[in-house]
Amino acid sequence: MGIEVVVEGLTKSFGKQEIWQDVSLTLPAGEVSVMLGPSGTGKTVFLKSLIGLLKPDRGRVLIDGVDMAGGAERDIYETRKLFGLMFQDGALFGSMTLFDNVAFPLREHTRKKESEIRRIVMERMEVVGLLGAEGKLPGEISGGMRKRAGLARALVLDPQIILIDEPDSGLDPVRTALLSQLLIDLNAEFDATMLIVTHNLDIASTVPDNMGMLYLRRLVTFGPREVLLTSEEPVVAQFLNGRREGPIGMTEEKDSATLAREAADGFASAPLPPLAPQLEPSPGLGPRRAAERRRRRVLTLLDQLPPAARAEIRKAYGATAPGRSDAEQATLTPPPPLPTRRSGT
Amino acid sequence: MSAPPRTPSPLLGPLRQTGRLFTLAAEVCRAAFRRPFQFREFIEQFWFVASVTILPAALVSIPFGAVIALQVGSLTQQLGAQSFTGGASVLAVIQQASPLIVALLISGAGGSAICADLGSRKIREELDALEVMGISPVQRLVVPRVLATMLVAVLLNGLVSVVGTLGGYFFNVIMQDGTPGAYLSSFSALAQLPDLWISELKALIFGFIAGVVAAYRGLNPRGGPKGVGDAVNQSVVITFLLLFFVNTVMTGLYLQIVPPKGG
Ligand SMILES: Nc1ncnc2c1ncn2[C@@H]1O[C@H](COP(=O)(O)OP(=O)(O)OP(=O)(O)O)[C@@H](O)[C@H]1O
Ligand SMILES: [Mg+2]
Repeated sequence: MGIEVVVEGLTKSFGKQEIWQDVSLTLPAGEVSVMLGPSGTGKTVFLKSLIGLLKPDRGRVLIDGVDMAGGAERDIYETRKLFGLMFQDGALFGSMTLFDNVAFPLREHTRKKESEIRRIVMERMEVVGLLGAEGKLPGEISGGMRKRAGLARALVLDPQIILIDEPDSGLDPVRTALLSQLLIDLNAEFDATMLIVTHNLDIASTVPDNMGMLYLRRLVTFGPREVLLTSEEPVVAQFLNGRREGPIGMTEEKDSATLAREAADGFASAPLPPLAPQLEPSPGLGPRRAAERRRRRVLTLLDQLPPAARAEIRKAYGATAPGRSDAEQATLTPPPPLPTRRSGT
Repeated sequence: MSAPPRTPSPLLGPLRQTGRLFTLAAEVCRAAFRRPFQFREFIEQFWFVASVTILPAALVSIPFGAVIALQVGSLTQQLGAQSFTGGASVLAVIQQASPLIVALLISGAGGSAICADLGSRKIREELDALEVMGISPVQRLVVPRVLATMLVAVLLNGLVSVVGTLGGYFFNVIMQDGTPGAYLSSFSALAQLPDLWISELKALIFGFIAGVVAAYRGLNPRGGPKGVGDAVNQSVVITFLLLFFVNTVMTGLYLQIVPPKGG
C-alpha cells in the first residue's frame, strides 16, 4: 500500500524571490493527486522539495516519520528509495543507453540477475511504448520519448510514492490519453501514492482523486477532485477551462485595469462544463484499492465541502447522507463501470 | 546546494564558499571508505586523466629540466661551485618543478574536464536523478574522480621527475661541459630520500586539491550552460592559486623539519 505524504507549512524562496509560502496538504495513501498551476508558480520546486532535493526555508515533509525537508541525511537517502520521480526533462544519464538508464536502479539497489533485469526493463519499455529504442542514447531520441523513458526508469523499482512532473508535455493527444490510462492502471496495480504535476486539463479532470492548485505564491486549494472541478473561485475556474478571462495573465497576475474591464464584460458568469467521470483501471486489473479508502474518507469530509462539490460526490457515490455507519456504506453500490479506454501499450 | 538565506553579506560570500569547499573535501574523505567502491568509474577516470596529461607532462618536463639545469649551471659556475650543479638542479626539479608541472597539468587538463563533465550532468539534472534514487553523487562520481587525479598525480610526478632529471643531465653534460661523474656525485652529496617523498606527497595533495576543487565548481554551476563554462574557468584559476599557496607552505615546513644533507 502507498504511503501518506504530509506537508506542513512549507515555504521556499530563492534569494529574494519567494516561490510559495505556507503550503500544507496531505497526499492520502495510495491515492492519485494532481497539482495544477500556471507556468512558473513553483510546481517543479514543490516536487523537488517533497523528495528533499531542494531544502525549503521552513516547514516539514513527513513520510513514514522521516522529515524530508530537515531530517538526517541518511534517513532521507533511505526514504528516497521509496520514491519514483519522473523529471520534467527526463533527466536520463546521457552516457547510457535507454536500456542501461532504465536498468540502472535495478543494478544499484537489487541483486537481480542480468536476465531478470532484462525481463523487467523490457516489460517497462513496452508499457511506455519504447520497445525497439532501448539501444539508443538519450541524445538520439525525441523529447516525448525521453519523458517516457524517464517514466519507465521511475517505475522500475515499484515505488510506493510516484511523483510525475508534467507527464503530458511533449506528448501528442493520443499518447496523453493513453498515458492517463496508464497512470490509473499503475495506481490500480501498485496502490502507490501518486502526485502528478500538469497543465493538461484532460489529465486533471479524469485522472486524480484529489487536486490542488498553486497560484501567486500560495496553495489556492487542495482537496477531493470534485471541489476544484466545481469551484467558483475565479483562478481555479479560469485555469480549469483554459480561458483568457480571469485573474491569471501572461505574467501570472493581470493588472487591475484589465481585470476591471473583464469584470464589466461579466466573465465570471460563464458556466462550468459538466464534471467528467474519473477513469477506471483497464479491465482485468480489478478496482483500485485506493478507491474504497477514498470513498470512506471523502464521505466523512462531506460536511465541510462546498455544496456543489457535495452534490457531485453524492452523485458519484450514490445518494449517501453523511454520517451513515460504515456497514451501511459498505453495502452501497460501487460507481458504475465506465467505458474504459484501451490500456496503454 | 540549497539556496543561501536572504540578504547574504558580501563579506560572507567567499567564506561560505570556502566552508562548502571544505565540507565537500570532508565528505569525499568520508565517502571514499563507503562501500561499494566504484571501481569501474575509478579505472575509467584514471585512464582518462592519465591519457590527457602524460604526453604534455613529458613534453613540458624536458625543457623545464633543461632550463633549470642551464640556469643553475650558470649560477654555480659564477660562484665557483660547478661540482654541485647536478645535485642542485635535480633537487630543484624534483622538489619544485615536478610537483608544479603536475599541478598545472592535472588541474588544467584533468580538472577542467572533470568540472565540465560534472557541471553538465548537474544542469541536465542527472545528479538530481541519482539523489532521487538514493545514490550519493559524491560517493558515486566525485570520489572515483578525486582518487583518480591523486593517483595520476603521483605517477605523473614520478614520470616528470625522471624525464626532467634526464633532461637536466643531458643539458649539463652535453651543453655545459659538465662531467657525468661530478653530476652524479654531487647528486648523492646533496639529495636524500625524503626529497623524493616530499615530492610525491606534494603531488598526492595537489591531486586531491585539484580533484576536489574541480568537483566543487562542477557540482555548483550558476544557471545553465554558460554557468558551466564559467565554473570550469574558475576551477582552474582557484586550483592554481590554492596549489601555489599549499606548495609554499609545504616547502617551508619541509625545509624546517627535514635537515639538509650537505651541511
Ligand atoms: N535552482 C533555482 N534557483 C533559483 N530559482 C529557481 C530555481 N529553480 C526554480 N527557480 C525559480 O522558481 C520559480 C518556479 O520554478 P518551477 O520550475 O518550479 O516552475 P513550474 O511551476 O514547474 O513551471 P512550469 O510549469 O513551466 O514547469 C521560477 O520563477 C524559477 O525562476
Ligand atoms: Mg516545472
